[in-house]
Amino acid sequence: MDMNEIKEIFFQECEEQLAELESGLLRLNDGDRDPETVNAVFRAVHSIKGGAGAFALDDLVSFAHVFETTLDCVRSNKLEPTQDVLKVMLKSADVLADLTNVARDGGSVDQARSAQLIRELEALAKGEAPPAAEAPAPKAAAPKAASAPKPAPVAAAAAPNDEGFVPVAFSFDDFGGEEEAMIEHPAYEVVFKPKSELYTKGNEATLLLRDLSRLGEMSIHCNMDSLPPLDQMDPEAAYFSWKVSIRTDKGEDAIRSVFEFAEWDCELDVIAADAGEGADGETEELPMQPVPFDLSALDEEPHAPLGVVEEEEQIAAAQEAVTAAQTASNVVQMAANTSRAAAAEKGAAAAAAAQNNAQQASAAGQTIRVDLDRVDRLINLVGELVINQAMLSQSVIENDSNGVSSINMGLEELQQLTREIQDSVMAIRAQPVKPVFQRMARTVREIADITGKSVRLVTEGENTEVDKTVIDKLAEPLTHMIRNAVDHGLEMPEKRLAAGKSAEGTVKLTAKHRSGRIVIELSDDGAGINREKVRQKAIDNDLIAADANLSDEEIDNLIFHAGFSTADKVSDLSGRGVGMDVVKRSIQALGGRINISSKPGQGSVFTMSLPLTLAVLDGMVVTVAGQTLVVPLTAIVETLQPDAAAIHSFGATQRLISIRNSFCPLVDVGRILNFRATQANPVEGVALLVESEGGGQRALMVDAIQGQRQVVIKSLEANYTHVPGIAAATILGDGRVALILDVDAVVAASRGQPLNLETSLAAAG
Amino acid sequence: MKKKVLTVDDSRTIRNMLLVTLNNAGFETIQAEDGVEGLEVLEDANPDVIVTDINMPRLDGFGFIEGVRKNEKYRAIPILVLTTESDAEKKNRARQAGATGWIVKPFDPTKLIDAIERVTA
Repeated sequence: MDMNEIKEIFFQECEEQLAELESGLLRLNDGDRDPETVNAVFRAVHSIKGGAGAFALDDLVSFAHVFETTLDCVRSNKLEPTQDVLKVMLKSADVLADLTNVARDGGSVDQARSAQLIRELEALAKGEAPPAAEAPAPKAAAPKAASAPKPAPVAAAAAPNDEGFVPVAFSFDDFGGEEEAMIEHPAYEVVFKPKSELYTKGNEATLLLRDLSRLGEMSIHCNMDSLPPLDQMDPEAAYFSWKVSIRTDKGEDAIRSVFEFAEWDCELDVIAADAGEGADGETEELPMQPVPFDLSALDEEPHAPLGVVEEEEQIAAAQEAVTAAQTASNVVQMAANTSRAAAAEKGAAAAAAAQNNAQQASAAGQTIRVDLDRVDRLINLVGELVINQAMLSQSVIENDSNGVSSINMGLEELQQLTREIQDSVMAIRAQPVKPVFQRMARTVREIADITGKSVRLVTEGENTEVDKTVIDKLAEPLTHMIRNAVDHGLEMPEKRLAAGKSAEGTVKLTAKHRSGRIVIELSDDGAGINREKVRQKAIDNDLIAADANLSDEEIDNLIFHAGFSTADKVSDLSGRGVGMDVVKRSIQALGGRINISSKPGQGSVFTMSLPLTLAVLDGMVVTVAGQTLVVPLTAIVETLQPDAAAIHSFGATQRLISIRNSFCPLVDVGRILNFRATQANPVEGVALLVESEGGGQRALMVDAIQGQRQVVIKSLEANYTHVPGIAAATILGDGRVALILDVDAVVAASRGQPLNLETSLAAAG
Repeated sequence: MKKKVLTVDDSRTIRNMLLVTLNNAGFETIQAEDGVEGLEVLEDANPDVIVTDINMPRLDGFGFIEGVRKNEKYRAIPILVLTTESDAEKKNRARQAGATGWIVKPFDPTKLIDAIERVTA
């Protein structure tokens, strides 16, 4: 693993932390005062800062640092997380997300915005009142970044807060080269007397002295005067002290920094001896003969395994030990030995507790990270298995007419198992819609800011699971719908108050499972669809006739027409050339459907129904000119047997079918796909009424309906090549390949955009 | 014999950095994601030195260090605190809990290895 891969992991982790941060802040916003929530929020920012620091992502570090400082105030109860405080924090979370994205993908952030938030966060940390609570002024009034004065660099803005945060940098780079330590280097006298705490914290006098020896030439003396007789000795106490004479050019600070970790747990005196005096003079001051410091003795048995209790002679020998090094390491060893037996019981209890914890932890839910490719391969294989199982069943049925044999029973069980395996495998790809819903919270905040409306987003059923691909493709249409709901759906606060509603509008996003599909509902409590306006607009745009008689529902659904927009003026949000028609198309591309229902004055509800997976599809198996095709069930509105009286000719080749007093173009699928040269007689076939891209209906002519079944989707592009008019292929139970019809392409072709039929369909079929 | 290091950190990024740095420096590395897991794996891991973060879910670094110090077998093991909190108060708390030393983030491989070598023989 190299640094780039770790960086990739860092950004993945950032995404998770940002999600954690946002959901934590939202929980706080809802009145959650659990300290663990605050801690989790703090940790999220803290982790991002820690990782960013390692990659020298300075902008990210400085912003995270200011954010963290303010969160620390909340954590230590110095700052009450009021709604206004949280508003600043939620915006800061957005900026943090932007900074992360910029750090990963390049580009630039809105400097003015992050500088502004840094100021607000710092003000909060200093205990100043949060910014005014009233609805923010529309952003349009604020100067755009281009004309805004160049903001102070983020790092500079963060500086005042950095007081008290002085990283202790230490480096051994300057050390080494002790051979060069010459007589003329200043001499120091170091008296080092460890307390017993030094050992209980895992420090070792010998190691510290070894470190010290690297600074220069030194002589060392161990003072064992306070060592009591063996029977009175506390094996864990510290009895020795050391006096070291050292010559070094590194200075007193370097000497002290050796004992940095032990500062609190020892008595340390560093006295600069007169540099003019020779080594002889110093040794004379020592009450005892200096002992050469033997480094090799240390390395002999660095961390001797803790064995049985030492023999008495050995302990006695230890007492008589001449070198300070050996004595010191023995003291530590003995300390460990003696206490070991006494605490065996305690240890066992702790182990049992640990095991308990382990069980609880595993019950809490464990996850593993798996490459998506592997899952897809598995899904593909299970798809093959399903097909194979169906083929096997079919051939057994064909060869076993009485149908009661044990083979049949076994096959049924196999079918059951196969289904279960399929469901379980699909569940691996399933993920909660939570991340997408969380992203919507940000969208709502931003739109609310821009429009000057006050909006609350309520989400429900965030843990509803759906295929990852569906989730990925859901974000865009959902974002657009939320924008619409806030921009067009909700009224301005004054208007809402006048209508007897609360000033704050509510947008509700819910997800739930319903009969094998996921249903996502987006509702607002705004003004609802202005049907008069929609109708007028549709007439102006030649979508409907001026005297058309439309039901309320039909008028509501007009907003899904291409290029439809009821906004009087092009606001900041619309005017992007994206309308509800695009939303509808992307939902349909996912095999989904979208509906709207609206009540004037009470708001609108958009309901989307999507398949749980894109790997299987519910299809209607039909016959067209001897070929078997599968039509996605989601596209079909109804099926009907045309009556000769209902068929009307129109122009040279066009035909229309009249259904309940309206005309619908008839499309001969066999003709479009070039399966046959002449048009089939509609009366001999079946018409499938489908809803197409533009919202209009078409009647697709097929020869017969074979049935309805779930099919495993096999990509034609991956296995063969793209075929116009065909979306994908599948393998039926009898082993035959059936093509899945691309309804939109066929309908488009019927409108005079011929399919590119250079590729022979016969080869594919 | 390679020296064994147990690292305890909830950040996947930092865990990976520790792993790469320590492995490159010739250490054997065992990793835990928080204090609770750190204490769980302690016996099996049988490390020579521990490097731990402070801010962690479930059981933070302070609690973890206290837990290790209560374990008779490991109470004398060197523990280094890996954290961005460099202010005296937090350092002091870590020391009171029984930390041997500390390494200040941002993460720097040289600093880490130096500090580990400083507390291990």
